Amino acid sequence: MGLLSILIGLPVVGGLLVLAVGSRTAARLDRWLALAISLVTFVLSLALYTGFNFGTADMQFVERVAWIPAFNIEYYLGVDGISTPLILLSTFLTPMIIVAGWEVIKKHPAQYMAAFLILEGLMIGVFAALDAMLFYVFWEAMLIPMFIIIGVWGGERRVYATVKFFLYTFLGSVLMLVALVYLYLQSGSFSILDFHLLPLPSSAQLWIFLAFLVAFAVKVPMWPVHTWLPDAHVEAPTGGSVVLAAVLLKMGGYGFVRFSLPIAPDASAVLDGFMIALSLIAVVYIGFVALVQTDMKKLIAYSSIAHMGFVTLGFFLVWAILRNTSLADGMSGVQMGVTGAMVQMISHGLISGAMFLCVGVLYDRMHSRQIADYGGVVNTMPKFAALMVFFSMANAGLPGTSGFVGEFLVILASYQANFWYAFLAATTLVLGAAYTLWMVKRVVFGDIANDHVKDLQDMNRREGLLLLILAASVLALGLYPAPLIEMMEPTLVNLITHVTQSKL
Amino acid sequence: MSFIAPQFAPALPEIALAIGICVVLLADLFVSEQRKSITLWLSLATLTVAAWFAGGALPEGSQLTFSGSYVADGLARVLKLFTLLLVGVVFVYSFGYLKDRALLKGEYYLLGLFATLGMLVMISAHSMLTMYLGLELMSLALYAMVAFDRESPVAAEAAMKYFVLGAIASGVLLFGMSLIYGATATLQLDQIAAALAGEGSVTPAVLLGTAFIMVGIAFKFGAVPFHNWVPDLYHGAPTSVTLFVGTAPKLAAFAMLTRLLLTALEPVVEVWAPMLTGLGVLSLILGNVIAIAQSNIKRMLAYSTIGHVGFILIAFATGTAAGQQAALFYTIVYAIMAAAAFGTVILLSKRGYEAENIADFRGLNERSPWFAVMMLFVMVSMIGIPPFVGFFAKLNVLVALINVEQTWIAVVAVLFSVVGAFYYLRVLRYMYFETSDTVEPLVAPINIRLVLSANALAMLLLGVFSEPLLAWCGAVIGSQAF
Repeated sequence: MGLLSILIGLPVVGGLLVLAVGSRTAARLDRWLALAISLVTFVLSLALYTGFNFGTADMQFVERVAWIPAFNIEYYLGVDGISTPLILLSTFLTPMIIVAGWEVIKKHPAQYMAAFLILEGLMIGVFAALDAMLFYVFWEAMLIPMFIIIGVWGGERRVYATVKFFLYTFLGSVLMLVALVYLYLQSGSFSILDFHLLPLPSSAQLWIFLAFLVAFAVKVPMWPVHTWLPDAHVEAPTGGSVVLAAVLLKMGGYGFVRFSLPIAPDASAVLDGFMIALSLIAVVYIGFVALVQTDMKKLIAYSSIAHMGFVTLGFFLVWAILRNTSLADGMSGVQMGVTGAMVQMISHGLISGAMFLCVGVLYDRMHSRQIADYGGVVNTMPKFAALMVFFSMANAGLPGTSGFVGEFLVILASYQANFWYAFLAATTLVLGAAYTLWMVKRVVFGDIANDHVKDLQDMNRREGLLLLILAASVLALGLYPAPLIEMMEPTLVNLITHVTQSKL
Repeated sequence: MSFIAPQFAPALPEIALAIGICVVLLADLFVSEQRKSITLWLSLATLTVAAWFAGGALPEGSQLTFSGSYVADGLARVLKLFTLLLVGVVFVYSFGYLKDRALLKGEYYLLGLFATLGMLVMISAHSMLTMYLGLELMSLALYAMVAFDRESPVAAEAAMKYFVLGAIASGVLLFGMSLIYGATATLQLDQIAAALAGEGSVTPAVLLGTAFIMVGIAFKFGAVPFHNWVPDLYHGAPTSVTLFVGTAPKLAAFAMLTRLLLTALEPVVEVWAPMLTGLGVLSLILGNVIAIAQSNIKRMLAYSTIGHVGFILIAFATGTAAGQQAALFYTIVYAIMAAAAFGTVILLSKRGYEAENIADFRGLNERSPWFAVMMLFVMVSMIGIPPFVGFFAKLNVLVALINVEQTWIAVVAVLFSVVGAFYYLRVLRYMYFETSDTVEPLVAPINIRLVLSANALAMLLLGVFSEPLLAWCGAVIGSQAF
């Protein structure tokens, strides 16, 4: 059994084990077991980094066995520079989520931990699958634990939020399923790499692109199919929000680079203006929407949508840049855009996860997410306030944090495409700072607003440790992103050369 | 002219079943009320023997007997095995339910076995007369089963509706058969096909006959617009009977579909395929949309059946081997899913209390986390979420549809399965997100617990390891000589 199979299987089997142990044991065996499993998974996943060949765009750690020969479906796993960082992000965050729910989750804690472990295995499966049907299996199966997580441990309107989340995502994915079946009938296999090489007429490419777009745009989410996200985020428990923002949204971005761009490059070239427009609307319009939110989680949710706009913008800048210049001259700019988008995905995973954890810390004490209920938190929780301000700065794209790297690269690249793209994208530096820092001002600074704030206890060691680890990784990625960029470079160069060749 | 004894070997499963029924009938007379489980075990033994003959004892390949009016082939083998298996599962689920309600009479098992015999005859029918014989044997036994609880006015009403509408449908079917017989002068299915294959042999009478036969089939499947009896029947009948009607007869209906439309009426495929597609699409739309409005789980499952039947019909209507294989796979999978769903309803019901409303699933996760997970498996399998087997059934249908460039039908089908997801999720929502006023643990006999768990786990296992069943369905469809 290969490393990737172990990374997928261990959390899933471990989750079942945690379920079997149950919540009733006195020593809280379930939590310790869940933590141990997630930590072992994380340590094992580091082997993906140490054993990674930085010099190739080929798939690595490949495992390939026939699964359902009737449809030529294979159990086909492998990773490259695009998927490895995302897998590492998933394995890094899962132990955090388990620790974050340590004492907070009172209702069925074993089921809570198990749901996140199973979800982790499925997320890794999504990023590692190279067979489209295997990918779809993981992609859809993920809905079940997420549906349960939001619905059981969520807030007041959790049922509405979780059903909306499920139906939106499900609607997007079934159309993708139709496209995948079509591609299978054309190519004779479900291998994603075969799909990449399959020549397709432009009308077929267009339909396939649109089918994928529905699936991935919902997941990213892009304006105007984003409305499920604020609801899901607000109602989800802290762990659910973290995993949703940090990993699940990235699957939409991952889908674009793994499916849409390489399978339908000509359709992508035709529709790139449309995609850029949607991305810029997400950046600018959703930025304004975030500004007026009164609920902290909702504000961060909208800020996530705006930040994910940079991801889609970076991916679809390719053709806009190449219209101005040849591939040889424009390569650096194109590469900058795509690399920026990828860095933005990882960085947003860390920062938004941290922001939701911060809100979680406050919520556990006050049971309110309303900005108006807070004020002057710095007076009673100074350590916490320092970290929250740090993450807010990172969210606003402060140089030196990881948030800066991705956004800056994408803005630079968009300048090569069109001045106005760059101009609109750069408004995020103002808007992002405005909505995040204004929230911080109202929540953290100022005089103590009420008696509840007065009684607040500062972070305990558990919470402090979590946020410090995240702060360190945000700083590390901001100051020294080279290892991440080097890991992705050969894959992205290969991707760019692939998508700029017509498949007609 | 000398009399030649027909070959009895191909009909051994039915013969064994008929002998078993006589044994059960006699034995039941001497079994006291307290020891009715003997009847259950005898019935299960009968089914096992029949299954042994159906599955292992017959030689491979297809065999005709009784002057060409009876066939034992690969399709018959797979359908019979699953029919007998499902009936056995249903008998186990029903036992406790009937006992709690003082309905535990030997007749339930006898009628069930007679209906099973009818199904087996339908599955093996190779002449229109045999088909009709099997259909009526099954239907008559089912009518009586629906009215089994004579204290219940709802059940009586359901039985009446089912009987009247069923009789009309049988009449329509018989009329269609007579028209075809008039046009081709034969009852034997392959000879009908041969007669229709000739130039100029497709007369208006044949077309009319085909249309009437279609109506009969659509009625037995419960396809829109011939579906009105389904919700009333599912709702009104005692749950153990709903369970019976909702599972194994679907396999027999599939046999009717294949034998009549493919073996006999294959030459007029251009006539019936569009009709079937229309019925299928309508069923998909109406079934899934109306199911949303139901608060009674039996009614909801009835409309969900109609939606699933839509999937089976559109796959079959592609007219390709891939489509028929997909339809066969879907039918088997659906019957297994439905058995588990109704089994859970039975599990939740207890004396004097029917878990009929979806709201009765409230707090199941508190009462029994294990069976909540089992029901979760069944529901997500019905939605079509991988890796559960319901997904592979749908995938199979999609492949068949897109292969013949009916992509728009595939899109309609997937969109309405999204609509369908909504009402299945509602069951999950009650189970997991809401708490019940009374948190009392579930009480159920160990055999129901075991069989139900196996049935629900089969959703997962048949999904992850779907290859054997897929390959089997493909092989029996491939071996049919159309």
